[in-house]
Amino acid sequence: MSIPDPDSIKVILATDCGSTTTKAILFEKVGDEYRQTFRGEAPTTVEAPFEDVTRGVLNAAQEVEELSGRKILDENGGFIKPACGKDGIDVYISTSSAGGGLQMMVAGVVRRMTAESAERAALGAGSIVMDTIASNDRRPPHQQIQRIRQLRPDMILLSGGVDGGARSHVVELAELIAAADPKPRLGSTCKLPVIYAGNKEVQEEITRILGDKTDLDLVANLRPVLENENLGPARDRIHDLFMEHVMQQAPGYRKLMSLADVPIMPTPGAVGLIIQNVAERKGLNVVGVDIGGATTDVFSVFDGNFNRTVSANLGMSYSISNVVKEAGLENVLRWVPFEIDERPLRNAIKNKMIRPTTIPQSLSDLIIEQAIAREALRLAFIQHRDFATTLSGIQQERSISDAFEQSGGGASIVSMMKLDLLVGSGGVLSHAPSRCQTALMLLDAFQPEGFTTLAVDSIFMMPHLGVLSALHPQAAAEIFEKDCMIYLGDCICPLGNARPGKACFSLRLESSDGFVLERELSYGELALLPLGTGEEARAVCRPERNFDFGAGRGRVVEKVVRGGEVGLIIDCRGRPLTLPQEALARTRQLAEWMKILEIYPADRFESVVKAYGGVAERSV
Amino acid sequence: MAHSYTPGLKVTRCTLLKRRRLLPIKGRVVVNRGDMVEPETVVACTELPGDVFPVNVANLIGVSPKDVAGAMLKQKGEAVEKGETLARSSSFFGLFKSEVAAPASGIIETVSGITGQVIIRGAALPVEVRAYIKGRVVDVFPEEGVEVETVATFIQGIFGVGGEVSGILHVTSESPGQILSEDLISSDQRGCIVVGGSVVTAGALRKAVECGVAAIVVGGIDDRDLRDFLGYDLGVAITGSEELGITLIVTEGFGTIDMAGKTFAYLKENEGRLVSVNGATQVRAGVIRPEIVIPIATAAEEICYSAEEPVLNEGNLVRCIRTPYFGRIGRVTALPHELQSMESGAVVRVLEVQFENGEQCILPRANIERIEEK
Repeated sequence: MSIPDPDSIKVILATDCGSTTTKAILFEKVGDEYRQTFRGEAPTTVEAPFEDVTRGVLNAAQEVEELSGRKILDENGGFIKPACGKDGIDVYISTSSAGGGLQMMVAGVVRRMTAESAERAALGAGSIVMDTIASNDRRPPHQQIQRIRQLRPDMILLSGGVDGGARSHVVELAELIAAADPKPRLGSTCKLPVIYAGNKEVQEEITRILGDKTDLDLVANLRPVLENENLGPARDRIHDLFMEHVMQQAPGYRKLMSLADVPIMPTPGAVGLIIQNVAERKGLNVVGVDIGGATTDVFSVFDGNFNRTVSANLGMSYSISNVVKEAGLENVLRWVPFEIDERPLRNAIKNKMIRPTTIPQSLSDLIIEQAIAREALRLAFIQHRDFATTLSGIQQERSISDAFEQSGGGASIVSMMKLDLLVGSGGVLSHAPSRCQTALMLLDAFQPEGFTTLAVDSIFMMPHLGVLSALHPQAAAEIFEKDCMIYLGDCICPLGNARPGKACFSLRLESSDGFVLERELSYGELALLPLGTGEEARAVCRPERNFDFGAGRGRVVEKVVRGGEVGLIIDCRGRPLTLPQEALARTRQLAEWMKILEIYPADRFESVVKAYGGVAERSV
Repeated sequence: MAHSYTPGLKVTRCTLLKRRRLLPIKGRVVVNRGDMVEPETVVACTELPGDVFPVNVANLIGVSPKDVAGAMLKQKGEAVEKGETLARSSSFFGLFKSEVAAPASGIIETVSGITGQVIIRGAALPVEVRAYIKGRVVDVFPEEGVEVETVATFIQGIFGVGGEVSGILHVTSESPGQILSEDLISSDQRGCIVVGGSVVTAGALRKAVECGVAAIVVGGIDDRDLRDFLGYDLGVAITGSEELGITLIVTEGFGTIDMAGKTFAYLKENEGRLVSVNGATQVRAGVIRPEIVIPIATAAEEICYSAEEPVLNEGNLVRCIRTPYFGRIGRVTALPHELQSMESGAVVRVLEVQFENGEQCILPRANIERIEEK
């Protein structure tokens, strides 16, 4: 791989090889700036009968070629390099989650300490964690061994013990792994890669136990002292092994690696990188979510701390039935503004599970699918909040002001009041027929507090930009701002609850051209104010005494707010958001909110709601 | 003529079918190339390493880990019986003795001087791979398994539960729309593959298990009945390992849906034949659909291969796979290039379909699957 000088890069082709589709995107330098220009896609070809990932890549590239008029492919199925006029590209880069992505098993001594740190390292590197084995996970050793044997991970990350600390537990874990004699998922003739990132003083013992049976790698302890994590070395090694072992075994990947100018990244790893870059560059607290067909990934950066979680089996096609199972049908239906029979609905959900590529044709189908999406996002975010915590097991230094604070180590670092930017990605969010639908799904599922900017990935290009950021950070940043991020608008959401109709806060909005709007907001109200993309206004919010904008209950807050494709959203529906219990009141309330945000075309919405019992007709 | 790629399930009257029958780890192949095999014929066998039983001897007899080796009555590599004394320690000049018994029979695999743990490996577990389909062994992969070939009527279902079984095909329903109810199941169908019409009732499923029916093939099943039958709600369509005493294959989907006419006709014309079915389904990358394999007495040379590609053309027969037209069958009348807006607001690639009753409609291309007509 010879990487050209960043200044000479004018045309970049990036692909993301997903489980089902390979997406190719062309980035070009237009004048003085980098822009995303064309996009093509083709079915991924990792499986039989093709068993060569590069065929899907070349097909997707061919679509880009046809759309752009730029000749990209040569006669031998390679890329024309470097770019010259309307021919060729300068760089080819790629991410991949095809063939199940990177699947790992992690082990640590204490579940909430070293095992959790190992899990964080694996997730941060873009892997799916199949299971976490810990000395105190309440499973007897023979069950742990059985589990290691059953799951055939791509690699295992073993940690445990601080440097110079206890030895026997981590050695015992190594003995369990050795007894299980695990085999890798791909390449049955290879030894399973095991990364040891635990107490450095038992490296010799670990080598004696696992050295012959596995492909053992020793790296620096990921928890050298209780107070600190050192995830970098383990994460880097996971990336290396992903390239050396996993990718080498997947069909066609050797060829793909030879085509790529920088190492191929696991897709979630690339998305995590771009989220981290945005947070760092702008100094923001960011939450990003990518809701796919099978899984939902949540990324967060709070005060510089990055976390990622993968909620396996929370997705909108392959796993749609599992979302309903996990959330409960009643929780899904609370977002639907009409009443529907349970039996045909359950059958329809199962039919989507077995035919996952279908799309909602009718509006009622779309409304139900978006209700399920709210629950998938909500559940994935709960898992993320529980995982993204301060380190457990640390002696807390407390000042007198902390005397009444009960939170110790292990408290979630995700604070909705501190959240600045919420970015959605994935089909149901990026390709919703209206951006207002995306905004309301994000609001309902995440329930941001205070002032938060809502945004969506326009065409799912965060993976491509993530890998690009490793090669050309400036180009990635430019394209991210101009073509990837669609700003939906800021939302203002006071924290607190009251009786419906009670005064919530008064808002004074001053636009830069001197226009002033003053409005009294009541509890339960949802309002949309026109503030377009690129427009700003100064908002003065005076909350009633039981509402808070982050400065304390009843305290005035002033802030500059920005508009977007949807506008400025004022959400006084309470935090936590509570819906009326009684069905008629609930459906009436939902219909009203949906109408205010105009998330569905009014005439179609009326007729759908009417067809299911006419609740909206009675209500509005 | 306009065309596009579309997925679809295979429903073929006559095809050459090959199935690889491989061991999970290396072992012994017990048939030869050219052998004729029945579904139950064992083609390869091996032994999986036995279960592992860790015993923390140091803790149990109160010695330090480094002293465990000295306390062991049996050494690494030796066999022990369940209940046999594995290690013994004594203290106070031999006045007090502590012993630990082996929790299982097996071979002592490791004795750790750091953790004080002893690992016993249980007896190897025998594994046999059967032929699954009636046919001829056409390839042998030494130490791994074989490939069996047969000429067969081949039908893929959309979803199933339960694993591989074989039996005589018994069509109980008179039409693809008849409900497979309890009264159509009897003990005469023991070991049979029973074919129903539009849906199987919960009562019929229960009675089929009682009567020893090997498998049921039917157009649809209600989600609630499946949930009751499985004892849990299915979250993802990855099945095949259920042990329900029966295999179930659904050809159309969830709800009451007439079995496709062609599928029903092929099953009907093969009544009385020995068939193999597998309910295993994996709706993920590397998709696996349940299958019905009906070996037929036709020479491989006589097969008229279907040269059709999974490409959709005007005139093709298609099935709608999403509401509001779910289950309806029609012919493609046009494949417009332009994207069109649906009632949901989604702007998508579409096709025009004429249903059997003459009604015309526009559908997203993603919401149909093609039905092969050969």
